[in-house]
Amino acid sequence: MSIAEFAFYVFAGVAILSAVMVVASKNPVHSVLFLISAFIAAAGLFVLMGAEYLAMLLIVVYVGAVAVLFLFVVMMLDVNFVEMKQGFLQYLPIGGALALVVVFELILVVSVWAFPSDAELALAHPSPTAAETVANPDGPNNIEALGLILYTDYVHYFQIAGVVLLVAMIGAIILTFRTREGVKTQDPAKQVARRREEGVELIDIKPGQGLS
Amino acid sequence: MADIGLGHYLSVAAILFSIGMAGIFLNRKNVIVILMSIELMLLAVNINLVAFSQFLGDLTGQVFAFMVLTVAAAEAAVGLAILVAYFRNRGDIAVEDANLMKN
Repeated sequence: MSIAEFAFYVFAGVAILSAVMVVASKNPVHSVLFLISAFIAAAGLFVLMGAEYLAMLLIVVYVGAVAVLFLFVVMMLDVNFVEMKQGFLQYLPIGGALALVVVFELILVVSVWAFPSDAELALAHPSPTAAETVANPDGPNNIEALGLILYTDYVHYFQIAGVVLLVAMIGAIILTFRTREGVKTQDPAKQVARRREEGVELIDIKPGQGLS
Repeated sequence: MADIGLGHYLSVAAILFSIGMAGIFLNRKNVIVILMSIELMLLAVNINLVAFSQFLGDLTGQVFAFMVLTVAAAEAAVGLAILVAYFRNRGDIAVEDANLMKN
């Protein structure tokens, strides 16, 4: 068994076990941590396939942003999570049976999948393999080749992705935004618009009486 | 990669997808775990896209996986924001009686 094979089985096993624990774990905090583990294992699989850029993106975006966001929300909500686990066993037979059927069908299809060897495959954007990158270090590697097509042929998709993220950001802010009553804040416009007559008052105090 | 072929990666993705699907069925009360299951299913789709892209030798699939990643991140952000707003209004996140739109 070569190292690549061994690494594949380790990463695949960790990913699948973590995914099972995400679903089956009683504590949602543990679920999030197992989700992180599954993402890291999937990033390892990406590296094995030669998609280094997407592997790093998966770690930065998912582990760094999405999983931490999940962790924040899980810890922020004051909910009795043990109570929510009720009904798990009730749905286990139907859910498990359905999952087994789907996985059986999918594996039945994909295990015999092969690209036609004799047919001429029309490659729009040939991808540099790891062997090619090692043989020719100055040639385009995975991230360079990806950048070369992402900013040229797929620039519109790239910009639409930016718009999607912008809309999601605005949506998330609007959904969670609330104005609180009774918070002391500065109002610059009010401060600038203030005039002398509103702020200063001259009082003629008679000697020996003081202010009341 | 001696014996590890396209079928191996697609099988892992299929298993991950099915686990995510089962998670939606099993955790019907807990929206957070449902959202995490959706993330798992999107991850399985990404593994599929990258596997096909790499074994076909065409980078287009990786660009597509990039878009799926973007949408997944946006979906997580908006989903969790909805969850927080719902929790503020209701005091819990039980989805079984989530019928605010109806009444």
